[in-house]
Amino acid sequence: MNSNNRIKHQHSRVDLTKPLNFSFNGKSYIGYQGDTLASALLANGVKVMARSFKYGRPRGIVGAWAEEPNCLVQIDVGAKTTPDLKATQVELYEGLVAGRTSGWPSLAFDLKSIGGHFSRFMPAGFYYKTFKWPAQFWPLYEHIIRRAAGYGSSPIEADVETYDHKHHHTDVLVVGGGATGLLAALLAGRSGASVILLDDQSELGGYLLSSPNTTIGGKSAIEWRDNVITELQSLPNVQMLTRTTAFGLHDMNMIQAVELLQDHLPHNQRKPAQRRERLHRIRASKVVLATGAFERPLVFGHNDVPGVMTVSAIATYFNRYGVACGQHALILTSNDGAYQAVADLAAGGLQVTLADVRTEINPAWDARFKQLGIDVYLGFGISEVFGKTTVTGARLSKLNPTNAMQEMLAQGVKLRVINQIDVACDIVASSGGLSPTVHLFCHDGGRPTWSDESLAFVVSANSRANAGIYCVGAVTGVFGLQAGLEKAVETTNEMLNSLGKNSTASKLNLTTNEIARSPAQAIYRIPTNKKAFVDFQNDVAVTDIELAVRENFKSIEHIKRYTALGFGTDQGKLSNVNGFAISAEFLGKTIPQVGTTTYRPAYTPVSFGALAGAHVNDTFEPRRYTAMQPSHEKYEAEFETVGNWMRPWYFPKTSENMHSEDMHAAVNRECLAARNSVAMLDASTLGKIDIQGRDVREFLNRVYSNAWSQLAPGKCRYGLMLNEAGMVMDDGVTACITDTHFLMTTTTGGAANVLNWLEKWHQTEWPELEVYMTSVTDHWATAALVGPKSREVLAKLCNDIDLSPINLSPDAFKFMDWRDGTVAGVPARIFRISFSGELAYEINVDASYGNYVWEELMQAGASFDITPYGTETMHVLRAEKGFIIVGQETDGSVTPLDLDMAWAVSLKKPFSFIGKRSLARSDTVRTDRKQLVGLLTEDPTIVLKEGAQIINSSNILPPVPMFGHVTSSYYSAFLGRSIALALVTDGLKRRDDPANNTIYAWAEGKAVKATIVSPVFVDAEGARHNV
Amino acid sequence: MFVINCPHCQEAREEEEFHYEGEAFIARPANPEAETDDAWGDYLFMKKNPKGWHWEMWNHATGCRKILVAKRNTANHAIAGSWTLSEARKVYDKEQYDAEQATK
Ligand SMILES: [Zn+2]
Repeated sequence: MNSNNRIKHQHSRVDLTKPLNFSFNGKSYIGYQGDTLASALLANGVKVMARSFKYGRPRGIVGAWAEEPNCLVQIDVGAKTTPDLKATQVELYEGLVAGRTSGWPSLAFDLKSIGGHFSRFMPAGFYYKTFKWPAQFWPLYEHIIRRAAGYGSSPIEADVETYDHKHHHTDVLVVGGGATGLLAALLAGRSGASVILLDDQSELGGYLLSSPNTTIGGKSAIEWRDNVITELQSLPNVQMLTRTTAFGLHDMNMIQAVELLQDHLPHNQRKPAQRRERLHRIRASKVVLATGAFERPLVFGHNDVPGVMTVSAIATYFNRYGVACGQHALILTSNDGAYQAVADLAAGGLQVTLADVRTEINPAWDARFKQLGIDVYLGFGISEVFGKTTVTGARLSKLNPTNAMQEMLAQGVKLRVINQIDVACDIVASSGGLSPTVHLFCHDGGRPTWSDESLAFVVSANSRANAGIYCVGAVTGVFGLQAGLEKAVETTNEMLNSLGKNSTASKLNLTTNEIARSPAQAIYRIPTNKKAFVDFQNDVAVTDIELAVRENFKSIEHIKRYTALGFGTDQGKLSNVNGFAISAEFLGKTIPQVGTTTYRPAYTPVSFGALAGAHVNDTFEPRRYTAMQPSHEKYEAEFETVGNWMRPWYFPKTSENMHSEDMHAAVNRECLAARNSVAMLDASTLGKIDIQGRDVREFLNRVYSNAWSQLAPGKCRYGLMLNEAGMVMDDGVTACITDTHFLMTTTTGGAANVLNWLEKWHQTEWPELEVYMTSVTDHWATAALVGPKSREVLAKLCNDIDLSPINLSPDAFKFMDWRDGTVAGVPARIFRISFSGELAYEINVDASYGNYVWEELMQAGASFDITPYGTETMHVLRAEKGFIIVGQETDGSVTPLDLDMAWAVSLKKPFSFIGKRSLARSDTVRTDRKQLVGLLTEDPTIVLKEGAQIINSSNILPPVPMFGHVTSSYYSAFLGRSIALALVTDGLKRRDDPANNTIYAWAEGKAVKATIVSPVFVDAEGARHNV
Repeated sequence: MFVINCPHCQEAREEEEFHYEGEAFIARPANPEAETDDAWGDYLFMKKNPKGWHWEMWNHATGCRKILVAKRNTANHAIAGSWTLSEARKVYDKEQYDAEQATK
């Protein structure tokens, strides 16, 4: 067990009395309570934790939090496994199992490192240039490249965890719990406003936890932080959420944040009923973004050797986790921001060498560094890091002594190395300044601006105050703590004023011990002839950007996509600004001229589970069951989903030897029962809209293509609904209850759309019509009793003299009539309508009685062997009659005339009904449109494929003209042969022309010969239902 | 993920309660049969589809089920206001009138 890097540190947040066992790549290690996986691995001296994306180079940890580009790990196993987490963000717990995601076949030997030797052959755009041709091989290349590239594996099992969503409304949301965020939350909390404070880490405090020698108001930063948190906890109007990442800022200050509830706990402490993650959706009047900044490394030769990190990361591991990443640190900086860390490391016993690209040093710091025995090289940069799997040293090169790189570049002067010093060290850390975390500010349209003073893309404290968005701290480009706190008070007060609240800021002592900062130098890369990486996760080197510019990519968005700069799970948090600056250098532009790429949600990766929340399985898509469900289950129906409804599909019978019918056998039996005796369908799912009011008839005249003026109470009519373009959109039977009361039925899937459609026309175009509509789909249960014996069955249940017997005689109760009465003692509306062509009654009762009446009908029909049937038989029966299904025979491009249904279009109605004018457009009046016809195959045993293409010849050498497609196709047991419906170009004429009525239906490599016929295959004269 | 103020309910509610109903103030021709094919085609298919301010209809589908008109900026989802159909017509007409005066 090698844990030589762990030190005792007074302010460490790690509890050395609580050791934790964990494993990485199958090897066991010990860490401590408070560690992240990254800090524990560093403490154990683990250097190589990943292999790079393109070249397979060994990589180690660079950062300390969400900015980490290299160390993606696979956490946990089985159903709970999570890929591509950053080791820097994984909290350690007892028994944690972690593995690498990259390095194939192993971390020690990565096949791509062979590619690394040939890296000059793998420049930007390499994949585009090399593997795209020949195109048919791309799937093969892609498979291998993706495997070698090294991202983790998704779990194969279903997720065993649960997730939920919580909605908030708050006066003030503060994002980020660092110094300025805590201060803003405190001021807002004291003012009485409702406040939510979010932070993505396990503890509030931000960088204060990494810089414990800082003081605020005469107290150590840690003590100041503790006091603020204690006060916030005492305020009932303040809610604090840790381990909660705000990942998106959307319209009107809707912030989405995901909270990790128990991923940090050992498995045996996780509560089974607790959610794994919670998505918070927060609607805030005012948002204070205190999102801080990430330190930007400098770009230099071989800057990807494990052991090269950012200064803030080294300081964080040292001060917060008590981990010295090495014994001798070489630190390179362009700004004073790194100095406190340099002093902390040296004071903590490390040997420290400081190189500053600037030629002058702040005297106050100079004195301290001398005291601490730190070697300081001014005007130097690192041109090359030595070492392969770990840092062994680095070469310092003196930068051009004029010390104005930016200016010189603008003048076209080449920077030149004067002399060199090689330094032995086992850590290299660099700071090129800070890159503000502007992501949330930009998600809903805000843009960052370049600040020459801060040398960063920054956001303004109050430029979006109108939208309720304020920014404090480092995100605004104010990088000093003292200035940050003072400006945060100002901005928070402005925010509170806009809420009409008072501030108590005058009572705070915010004086810090910070040494005033001297200006930073604008420098992004140190000149070198070695490979220098800008983006570690995507292996983008300076030379790749140079190449992209040479190949004439000019927009930063294009350079990004050509080089892959800023892609991946870290989204360029470390690399983007360096990439923009280096692109600017090669383009001969300024950084603001080049600008930024677009910041889009999510800020960090979000699990699908969190987004779904409780909306999974039945709560994602609820299933609707009809009142007859108990009976359907009793008769062992197979179900199919129609809309959200579970409808019986067919009812397989199980024989005495337990052999269950297949669908084919069941449907044949059900069809014959309906045609020869009696059968029953649950039709409850059809949409039903109750329409009442003085003007219902006129309304129906306008929304249906057929006429409704003459329909008397007690009568029903089939209606065809068109959209304004003249295309069929829905159909169904509508009954006249009284002159001012109609009941409309719609297709099962179209019910909600049709109601919306009717309401829209009523409200927008015809508000003068007195019409009221409501959905009554769920109120009624409907049993369709079908077949020659249906009247005899129904009669048994309609004979109750005391209630109101219904006269079922053919003269008294005609086809397309409906009657009120009782069935089995239950009040019912009975419609004599037929979707099968047989004598049939649709019995509607209060849904509460649906199953009872269904069972009564089953009993009454027992002597006729009454057969329940499902949707499949319903489809066969209607296809035998040539009845359409909207959405199957139609697809939004089919007019009633195309369906040969001119009988359902009344051109004589005075009002120009919806779609009427469109039926006269030049395209809709063409007589050679695709039209509905029947097809009979030459071989009656062949059932055509639905969707088969209609062609004119069995010769299928391309090009083959296409004349339509098969819309419905079944085997008809009643006819003893297959039948099909199809939309065929000029079909109505071809149907009647024996010289021209042969087609081939082509599907799955076969062309089947068939004849175009009438779509009505059974009982064209209607004798069967007219009995 | 914006919020729409329903003028019927007089409440600001989440977007997901509403159903988009397309561009507002496309009047159905009073006598469709008198329209040429071209004019009828324009009515059916030609929408403004601007980047910027847009007058559009929304149905408060899971609320009062009434249609309202909102003036929304399609580029940034800002909503300048929302009204009942008849109120919106007045605001819209005045805006058109003012714009005409300004160009004179
Ligand atoms: Zn409403």
